[in-house]
Amino acid sequence: MATVHVRFFARYAELTGTDTTAVTVPVNATVSDVLHYVRDIIPGATTLPPRPLAALNLRQVQLTATVRDGDEVAFLPPLAGG
Amino acid sequence: MTFLTAHPIALDALLAEVQGPDAGGTCVFLGTVRSGGEDDDIIAIEYSAYDAMADAELGRILADAHARWPAARVAVRHRVGRVPVSEASIAIVAAAAHRAEAFEACRDVIEAVKQRLPVWKKELRRDGTATWVDLSGEPVPARDS
Repeated sequence: MATVHVRFFARYAELTGTDTTAVTVPVNATVSDVLHYVRDIIPGATTLPPRPLAALNLRQVQLTATVRDGDEVAFLPPLAGG
Repeated sequence: MTFLTAHPIALDALLAEVQGPDAGGTCVFLGTVRSGGEDDDIIAIEYSAYDAMADAELGRILADAHARWPAARVAVRHRVGRVPVSEASIAIVAAAAHRAEAFEACRDVIEAVKQRLPVWKKELRRDGTATWVDLSGEPVPARDS
């Protein structure tokens, strides 16, 4: 099993009611799997889009990216920098 | 090195990072908060960021710009927190021997910022309401408004 730290920002933090959580997922789980586990433990997470932007260890990734123990996954609202 | 600041951007200090005797052209881009017109009445934008990733991403954006425009020196700062109308939310400066490379490097960086930087903005209005700017669709009312 792998413990993954999960972060939410901006509007997604409001929707979930938190800006951080942790989930334990099977080895070789993907970012998409992490989102599935998050939806199970945080009621507000069910309102997140089905395929949000995601980052893994400070880089944008596809939802198919594999996570490892200790990784940080972030779910990102549409970017609005500048 | 952090590329994020909670304070007004000091343009002179930013220019000092890129200027030198070999620079024949320096391009400055300022992104500023605007009111949105009479119907919108925005007084400020609250910027929030995934700080660690935004810093890392800005470093990668500058590295990409250097790879593409090796003769240009580029520096950038992005505000976080409340930025009033007319103040700059981002400043990019690019210096090169010739103006064309300075302009192109500056444009590359702002376009990459728009596509890649994990920063979000909430428009604050005079009537006390606030709206997340969701570039994927319609503005979304913030929960605390």
